[in-house]
Amino acid sequence: MELKEKLVSSFLAFEANVDTTSPIHDIRIEALKSFEAYGFPTKKLEAWKYTSLNSVIKNDFSIFPKKEVALEFKDVKKYFISDLDSYKIVFIDGVYSSHLSETTHDKIDVCLMSSALSQNRFKPVIDVYYNTVAKEDGMTALNTAFAKEGAYIYIPKNTAADKPIQVIHFSTGVDGAAMLQPRNLIVCEDNSEVTIIERHQNLSDKKVFTNSVTEMYTGNNAHIDYYKIQNDTDASSLVDNTFTEQHSNSVCSVHTFAFGGEITRNNLNFYQKGQGIDSILNGVTILEGKTHVDHNTLVEHQEPNCESHQDYKGIFDEKSTGVFNGKIIVEQEAQKTNAFQSNNNILLSDKATVNSKPQLEIFADDVKCSHGCTIGQLDESALFYMRSRGIATKEAKALLMYAFANNVLESVKIPQLKTRINKIIADKLGVNIGFDL
Amino acid sequence: MSKFTEDDLKKELETKEYEYGFYTDIESDTFPVGLNEDVVRAISAKKNEPQWMTDWRVDAFRIWSEMEEPEWANVNYDKPDFQAISYYSAPKKADPNKTLNDVDPELLATFEKLGISLDEQKKLSGVAVDVVVDSVSVATTFKKTLSEKGIIFCSISEAIQEHPELVKKYIGSIVPKTDNFYAALNSAVFTDGSFCYIPKGVRCPMELSTYFRINQGGTGQFERTLLVADQGSYVSYLEGCTAPSRDENQLHAAVVELIALDDAEIKYSTVQNWFPGSKEGKGGVFNFVTKRGLCETNAKISWTQVETGSAVTWKYPSCILKGANSVGEFYSIAVTNNFQQADTGTKMIHLGKNSKSTIISKGISAGKSQNSYRGLVQISPRAENARNFSQCDSLLMGNECGAHTFPYIEAKNKSAIIEHEATTSKIGEDQIFYCNQRGIDTEKAIALIVNGFSKEVLNKLPMEFAVEAQKLLEISLEGSVG
Repeated sequence: MELKEKLVSSFLAFEANVDTTSPIHDIRIEALKSFEAYGFPTKKLEAWKYTSLNSVIKNDFSIFPKKEVALEFKDVKKYFISDLDSYKIVFIDGVYSSHLSETTHDKIDVCLMSSALSQNRFKPVIDVYYNTVAKEDGMTALNTAFAKEGAYIYIPKNTAADKPIQVIHFSTGVDGAAMLQPRNLIVCEDNSEVTIIERHQNLSDKKVFTNSVTEMYTGNNAHIDYYKIQNDTDASSLVDNTFTEQHSNSVCSVHTFAFGGEITRNNLNFYQKGQGIDSILNGVTILEGKTHVDHNTLVEHQEPNCESHQDYKGIFDEKSTGVFNGKIIVEQEAQKTNAFQSNNNILLSDKATVNSKPQLEIFADDVKCSHGCTIGQLDESALFYMRSRGIATKEAKALLMYAFANNVLESVKIPQLKTRINKIIADKLGVNIGFDL
Repeated sequence: MSKFTEDDLKKELETKEYEYGFYTDIESDTFPVGLNEDVVRAISAKKNEPQWMTDWRVDAFRIWSEMEEPEWANVNYDKPDFQAISYYSAPKKADPNKTLNDVDPELLATFEKLGISLDEQKKLSGVAVDVVVDSVSVATTFKKTLSEKGIIFCSISEAIQEHPELVKKYIGSIVPKTDNFYAALNSAVFTDGSFCYIPKGVRCPMELSTYFRINQGGTGQFERTLLVADQGSYVSYLEGCTAPSRDENQLHAAVVELIALDDAEIKYSTVQNWFPGSKEGKGGVFNFVTKRGLCETNAKISWTQVETGSAVTWKYPSCILKGANSVGEFYSIAVTNNFQQADTGTKMIHLGKNSKSTIISKGISAGKSQNSYRGLVQISPRAENARNFSQCDSLLMGNECGAHTFPYIEAKNKSAIIEHEATTSKIGEDQIFYCNQRGIDTEKAIALIVNGFSKEVLNKLPMEFAVEAQKLLEISLEGSVG
């Protein structure tokens, strides 16, 4: 049976396990209808021109986890930034693991979507924000239809989260190939601040297909820092749909570190609804093997005096494929917009491919918008320079690549996280040098 | 002199009417409207074409009737009704002997009004002009000088009669009948166009030039241009267009095929100034053109275009860089005003080693127009050391227009170096202030900035054409271009 039919027909079974009387369920039913109409995206859609999900959706995924699995912290410790004092929300095969998590309701709410959807005290927030930022497309509708679990983070007015929040999704493969659909909601009210680190990790060699939706609401003067670490196994595919609504003078930055996974697709959307907003989208992609990463970004400038900065760096080896599809829309009212987009790529192999499509759609005249895109190689003379000074080729290349990605890495504000990312990069490049030179 | 501000310029741009809107009354031999296989056969019969050509057209028509009109471009328009167009119209007095004296005096007056008086050109500028009015060649000059060098420069109908082996070999080889909706339509119904063949090692001594002009109301113009530069030859080809003011939309679906064999070089320049519609957005020409060139080893094709006209422009002059060391260039200025829409750009397909391409695109939008750049740079796995540089700049005048950039960059070779850069801005107040400070008034300052903005492309035009281009640019940007 095709995955689409399987999903649609399993909705009845899904309904047996959720509260069908809540208004959330009406949203689910509507979303299911949309998904039936849209289906999975195909290459015929302009936004999916370079990424095909066919190789993923042909698998027979189990849609609901059957067995609960407990993991020992020592076994999965390496996937946490364990030297960082943080809140933790951990899911194993889509099910919340209280054992590994550390949540709070003290001043801020860091907890589960399932409790937020079912408990009355969260209702005012859910009613206002849930499913309001996300724009509908096939994958998002699919997630909305089956949404019941994920991270719920609420930072009230004039509050800063006292420590970063780690959200980690493990999959164990006990049910064979699995499809996961986490749904996250992050609400930062006026003058609040939060830092979030998100990671998806497959612990088995079984196929995993994650279709995640994250909605972020950034109130006036609020500040969100969001780090996505995508360093999953070759059996894992991820479609990450992130929607951000920003209000006046807010700053929201999303950093995506894509280092692995069979197919990774990041749909990152920013909607600016106020003035003085800054949106920052950074990405480092380092791939080898047959991996495929697609960054699909959208920044919609709707009001005057806002900025956006996009900086995506990619290094592609072996048979990997990198896609960058960035779109900046500047509406007629959005005068004095400064929008920048830059996509730099290095190709290390003749079998690797880069497809880049940086788009500008501008309807206002008093703006400064630019985009740049480059594809090239490591500088031979720089390599020679280092080799002539006794640095081995491998290390010299690694240093150059690190330098290439450095201005994005520099933007990581948590030192422990930065060290971790540096280590991942060093491992990937097969060198044993600390980059904190 | 009163101060000329950007607002004045905007106002002037809005109110400027199409200068060359006049209509020449020539009795035409026009087909009734509609399109079916019989019409295709009739066109072919009318032109006395050999059987293979008729078959080719009919085949194209069959392909076309299976196709759907594409919708992906960033333009909105009412789809033309293909059954409401007459597919053949020829000025009646056209004489096969074609001496300048035989040309309809009214037509000559038309050209004079356009400032391209034939005899003047013949005497002064040394440009051979193959004039196309409503699809049939009415005058060809300098044929003799060209034929001494072995250069064939004639209308495509003539070429089908006299050089069938060349036409048969190359027509449809770059833009196949199946390529796209409008190319298929053109293949079925093209009535005329130009054919040019430069023999081995010959450097064409003069700029070859064709002026297209849509004249008869309600007739679509389907031009077919085929240009073959044999090994080691060089040619510079100019194409320019103006059309009279008409209310109903006119469709223009041309196909241009360029073939540059080993070591050959083709420079193809276009000035397009068809009726852009009234300032309410009524009428205007639909310009849906397929232009493509093939470069063999060491060959070079350079497209230069100045686009100021047409209600809807939809064209991507492209280069297939098949041979090693081949070079493709694209220089473009697209000016849109009022309700004009342009979706234009280029495709550079790198297949050969060490192939190089350069793209410089300048878009100027004013009024309520939409101006899009859409380009593709594709590096195939075998195109080692391929190099591309692209730059797309947009200038916005007024807050009701739009500028869009859709570049597609696909690299499949590690030795490729690709750079793409795009900026969008308005004329900076600080730039104007800087000029004012130094005693340059605002009008001059704007002229200076717009001029500087487009100079990179204007400089690429052959000298004979640059004047014309400047003149045509003035229609959209008078008062700003010095």
